[in-house]
Amino acid sequence: MMAAERKGGLWLLVGALFLLALASMSVGKYAGPSEIVAALRAASSGQATDPVLSTVLWNVRLPRVVGAILIGAALAAAGATYQGLFRNPLVSPDILGVSGGASLGAVIGIFLSLPVLAIQAISFAGGLLAVGAVYAVGLAIRGRDPALTLVLAGIAIGALVGAGISLIKILADPYDQLPAITYWLLGSLTAITRLDVVSILPALLVGLVPLVLFCWRMNLMTLGDEEAQTLGVDTRLTRSVLIAAATLITAAAVSVCGVIGWIGLVIPHIARMLVGPDFRRLLPASMISGAAYLLVVDMLARSIALTEVPLGILTAAVGAPFFLWLLASGRRAWQ
Amino acid sequence: MTLEIRDLAFGYGGRTVGENVSLSLASGEVLALLGPNGAGKTTLFKTVLGLLPVKAGDILLNGQPLSAWPRRERAKRIAYVPQAHAALFPFTVLEVVLMGRAPHLAPFASPGSRDRRIAMEALAGLGMTHLAMRPYTEISGGERQMALIARAVTQEPSILVMDEPTANLDYGNQMRVLSHIRALATRGLSVVLSTHNPDHAFLVADRVALLHASKLNALGSPSHVLTPAALKQLYDIDVVIGSIDGSEARLCAPRFATPSDMKGTNHGSPERNP
Repeated sequence: MMAAERKGGLWLLVGALFLLALASMSVGKYAGPSEIVAALRAASSGQATDPVLSTVLWNVRLPRVVGAILIGAALAAAGATYQGLFRNPLVSPDILGVSGGASLGAVIGIFLSLPVLAIQAISFAGGLLAVGAVYAVGLAIRGRDPALTLVLAGIAIGALVGAGISLIKILADPYDQLPAITYWLLGSLTAITRLDVVSILPALLVGLVPLVLFCWRMNLMTLGDEEAQTLGVDTRLTRSVLIAAATLITAAAVSVCGVIGWIGLVIPHIARMLVGPDFRRLLPASMISGAAYLLVVDMLARSIALTEVPLGILTAAVGAPFFLWLLASGRRAWQ
Repeated sequence: MTLEIRDLAFGYGGRTVGENVSLSLASGEVLALLGPNGAGKTTLFKTVLGLLPVKAGDILLNGQPLSAWPRRERAKRIAYVPQAHAALFPFTVLEVVLMGRAPHLAPFASPGSRDRRIAMEALAGLGMTHLAMRPYTEISGGERQMALIARAVTQEPSILVMDEPTANLDYGNQMRVLSHIRALATRGLSVVLSTHNPDHAFLVADRVALLHASKLNALGSPSHVLTPAALKQLYDIDVVIGSIDGSEARLCAPRFATPSDMKGTNHGSPERNP
């Protein structure tokens, strides 16, 4: 009965996500729902459409909708993975410094006035490098709880990286570069292109494969190292592979859209309430919820004000009260 | 399946906790390990489970050194029952028990209907069927301990290593856990457990080992090993050992100054107390 209920919940989420994607396609200043329907009808019957309208739909909104879905799903999947691996419900994808490293990379790129693609590449590399440094420190310190060592090393490296970001912000041109840096650090899908979506897709897919393959083993990792080992799990290998996968996913997402907080922290909790803690259901439920959440937030971002509101502000402004309400309503997804 | 420990030195990091430990475990035997806090019971268990490397000597599983066994093969033969702990995420009891199937499944596989049947049988054997769908986080400490035993049974091992299985349980649950341990041994499982309560060793163990001052002080049947002199040495407490009418197991009672002693009235030895 419970399993059927939980499976039903998953399909409900898929349906909701599809409707949201359609809605998101039709929200904006240029064209509303009726234009969308007309454009879709025209496209299906092979008629010519207004070229501006089709540009808005297929080159501006579609990449944005697909990007929101991919990035929301990616951040939530990484968050669910990290929370299980580190056995801590307060962990988010940036725990090992991936967002910090990616931010520092992007900020350096902006500071050097590099082209957008180069900024993204440096950002991606920065995220992987930061986590690599954290992991190397974790390996060097032996004889302690390895998960805790990693988290603490992540906090320290994150602080270092944060110092670097602050330094560049002070050095940056306050009229040109500083706004760009600030905007990037708050996250946005405004400038996302088809090329961006296509370029992060391989990293997302490659990162997702181990999460899917190890999805049941992931449950065992939540028991802690020693217990998992007595159950025959090679915890060091499993953790390394899963950290690498979740890091790859997060770095890819952050490199195109900047830092969008809260999704990786809060969405796995909501998914856990919907489908339970079994990672085989938690992973898809987190991904769908994350995608839906970012779609909604992005719709708000482009419709509530004359200028676009950065996503990082909205994910926190919407997410934090929601999270507090969940806490207050006594629905604990952990303990 | 036999487990033999020969001249083992164990410890962690640069520290050696115990030395010259030799013992073997026959199938269907319950061995209770007693020792004061810090004597190294848990460290010895972790070494036997392969979580800590052997410092010297040998641990032989079926005649083969433990380290020569691949982790998964080892986990099919030796199962660990940790002290009942609070889980972080609300897995159902069945989901927790099913985790015991891990060593029998390929790395990328999930448990199937056969695994589910084995898990349900383990739960039924411990009288826990009604709890299968309850969140592990919402059941009592005693029920959690039973769930962890069910998980170990689901692992289908030959040897169970139990770290203080009766710690933190109320009196009724302590006795229920002990009687289930006896039942598992009757089915041919070998059990090594640690306890702080000599009475529990009398109730459940075929043999008792005393770990003290980094050595194995004694090894033998409970009535031979658990003497007032041995317990005095182990815990620095004077005890008397005897039995109460109607109880089969021997019992151990401390002899320390009770308030009535201080008033000068002596009620005699505890075994004759009402």
